[in-house]
Amino acid sequence: MDIRSIIDIGGGFEVIVTWLRNNMGWLFSIISDGVNGMLGISRWVLQTPPTFVMIGIFTAIAWFVASKGVGVFTFLGFGLIWYMGLWTLTMSTLALVFSSVVIALVLGVPLGIWGAKSDKVWNVMRPTLDFMQTLPAFVYLIPAVLFFRLGPVPGVIATLVFALPPAVRLTNLGIRQVPKEIKEAALSFGCTNRQMLLKAELPVALPTIMAGINQTIMLALSMVVIAGMIGAGGLGNEVLRGITQLRIDVGFEGGIAIVILAIFLDRVTQALGTASQKRTGG
Amino acid sequence: MALIQVNDLYKIFGPNPKRAIPMIKKGISKGEILKKTGCTIAINGATFAIERKETFVVMGLSGSGKSTFIRCLNRLIEPTAGEILIDGEDVMKMGAEKLREVRRYKMSMVFQNFGLLPHRNVVGNVEFGLEISNMDKEERRKKALDAIKLVGLEGFEQSLTSELSGGMQQRVGLARALANDPEILLMDEAFSALDPLIRTQMQDELLELQARLHKTIVFITHDLDEALKLGDRIAILGPDGRVRQIGTPEEILSQPADEYVKRFVQNVDRTRVITAATVGGHATTITYPSEGLKAAIRAMERSQISSVFVTDVDRHLKGIVTIDDAVALQKTGEKDLAVIIKNDVYTTSPSTPISDLLATAIATGYPIAMIDENGHFQGAVSRAAIIAEVNKGYEGSETEMPQTLSDLQDALNDTVQGALQDGE
Repeated sequence: MDIRSIIDIGGGFEVIVTWLRNNMGWLFSIISDGVNGMLGISRWVLQTPPTFVMIGIFTAIAWFVASKGVGVFTFLGFGLIWYMGLWTLTMSTLALVFSSVVIALVLGVPLGIWGAKSDKVWNVMRPTLDFMQTLPAFVYLIPAVLFFRLGPVPGVIATLVFALPPAVRLTNLGIRQVPKEIKEAALSFGCTNRQMLLKAELPVALPTIMAGINQTIMLALSMVVIAGMIGAGGLGNEVLRGITQLRIDVGFEGGIAIVILAIFLDRVTQALGTASQKRTGG
Repeated sequence: MALIQVNDLYKIFGPNPKRAIPMIKKGISKGEILKKTGCTIAINGATFAIERKETFVVMGLSGSGKSTFIRCLNRLIEPTAGEILIDGEDVMKMGAEKLREVRRYKMSMVFQNFGLLPHRNVVGNVEFGLEISNMDKEERRKKALDAIKLVGLEGFEQSLTSELSGGMQQRVGLARALANDPEILLMDEAFSALDPLIRTQMQDELLELQARLHKTIVFITHDLDEALKLGDRIAILGPDGRVRQIGTPEEILSQPADEYVKRFVQNVDRTRVITAATVGGHATTITYPSEGLKAAIRAMERSQISSVFVTDVDRHLKGIVTIDDAVALQKTGEKDLAVIIKNDVYTTSPSTPISDLLATAIATGYPIAMIDENGHFQGAVSRAAIIAEVNKGYEGSETEMPQTLSDLQDALNDTVQGALQDGE
C-alpha cells in the first residue's frame, strides 16, 4: 500500500480550502466588498484629478519629504510614465499597492505589538510569518482565486499575505528593542500600560516600524506582476502582456514604470523613517 | 517614625523563589541554594529605616543586589518577601492604582543611563512625569521650566537629549525626577556613567540642591568615595545580598562592623571624611570681661594647658590667652586681660574634614577653634589630635612608613646573625 495514502498532505489542504469555500462564502464576500470599496476609493482619489496635477503633487511630496533630487527624479519619471501612456495603469497599480499596505499596517502593527508583549504569542506568530513569506506566491494564488474569483481583490489578498510579515516583524523588533531603562523610567513615573505603549514604546520604536513600512511597500510592489496573473490589472497586466505576446516594447515600458514607482515610494518612506528618528518637540 | 521602613526584605530570582527562604534562614550557603533550587538570592533579609530628609546611600559591589533593592522600593521589581513601609503604608500590598499614585506623586527615580526619551526634547522629557499624571499643559510646562532652572539647564529647553553631554543628560534626568516635587528621590548609580570630573561636579551640585530642597534621597553606588561624600548614612551590602553595616560615614570608617567592611574601607583617605568635630572636643574657656587675669591663670593651671580661649557671654570667640603672657602680665600688676588676648588663632567649622586642617595644624602653635555658622564657639581641635588621627589611617595599611637608620641597621644585623647561625 502506498504510504502516502495514510496522510495526504496536499489533499488535506484541498479539503480545508473546499470546506472554507463552501461554508465561509459569506465571510469572503464581506472581505471582498471591503477590499473592493477601498480599491475604488483609492483609485478614484488617484485617477480623478488631471494627470499634471497628480504629477505636481507627487513631485512636491518627493521634494519636501525626501530631497530636491528625488523631487526632480519624480517629476521626470512620472512625466515619462505619462509620455508612455501608462498613467491610468500606474495609478491603478498604486491604488492596489496602497490598499494592500494600509490593510497590512492595520493588521500588522497591532499583531507586532501583541507579539512583542508575549513570548508565547510570538512563538506561534514567527513560524506563521516564515510560512507566509517563503511559500511560493503562485501556491496561494489558487485559493485566493477560489475564494475571491478573478480580479483585483484576490490580487490585494495575495499581496497582503506576502507583504504583511515585515510590518509585524519590525514592529515586534522595534518594541522589543526599546531600552530597558526607558521602560523602567516610564513605569517609575506611574505609566499605565496604555501610556507606556503610546508615550514611550511606540515613539521610541517608530524608526524601526517605519523601516518595516518601507519593506511592506516594496514587497507589495514586487507582487504587482504576479497579482496581474489573476487579473489584478494595472502595470502587472502590461508586463504579462509583454511576456505572453513576446512584445519586448510593451514589457519594458511596463517594467520601467514599476521601477519608477518603486524608487519614488522607497525614497519617500525612507525619508519619513529618518525624519522620525530626529523629531523634535514633546 | 521613619519615612521608609524596610523589614526583613527578600528578593530571590528563580523558579518558585519562596521555598528558598527557609533554606536561607537555616544558613545554607548561596551556592548550595542555587544548586538545589536554581534560585539566586539578590537581597537577603534587609531591615532598615530611612529617615525623612536624609541622604541614605546603599553601597555595594556589582552583584550585591543594590540595584535590585532600589527597584523593590517602587516595585519595578517585585520583592519576594518582607515589608516596605512608606509613611506606614506597605508598598508591597498596594494595588495597581495605589502603586501608580505613589510612583507619580511620592517618589521619582533617576537612572544610571538616564533613561531619557530620544524623541523628545529637554522640556518634553522633563514634563514626562507630569504628563503621565494628566496635569494640564500650561501648568506642567511651567513646572518643567522651573525644574530645568533648578538643575541649571536654562537655554537648553528645546535641545534634543542626544545633542547633550552625559552630565547634561543626567541633569535632564534629575530635572524630570524633581519636576513633580516628590518627597523621595531614588537615584540608581546616577553618576556612575559620567567621567570622573563631571561626576564630582554633579555630586557637589546634588549636595547643594539637597541643602535647598531637603528631599529624602536613596542613592545607590558602588563607589565608596561617592557614598562617603553624599551619604548622611550608608548601608554597606555584602556580596551575599546581606546588609553588613549601616552608619554614618564616620562610624563606618572608624568602627567597621566586620572584616568585609574593614577591607572595603581600608583604602579610603579617611582624613577627608573624619571631621574636626570628631577629633576635637571641649576646650577650656573663660568669659571676658566678667572673668579676669586670675580666672585665666587658674583655668590653665587646673586643666594643665598652656592656653585658654576667651569668649564673651554669648559664646562668641574673642581670642586666646597663653600662660606665658598671663604670668608676664601678672608681674606688671595689670589686671585687665584685653592687652594679651591674641586674635591670630585659627578657626574652622566643626564639619571641616581634617585633611583641610593638617597644614594649619602643623603651622600654628595653638589649638584650632571650632565656630559654628552663628559664630558660636564649639570647642577646639588640638594639633596632636589631628596628627594622631592622620597617622591612624596608615596603621595596618601597606604603606611604607619611614624608618630610622638605627632600626634599619639593627634589622640588618639580625639577618646577618641569623644567616651565620643557620650556617653553623
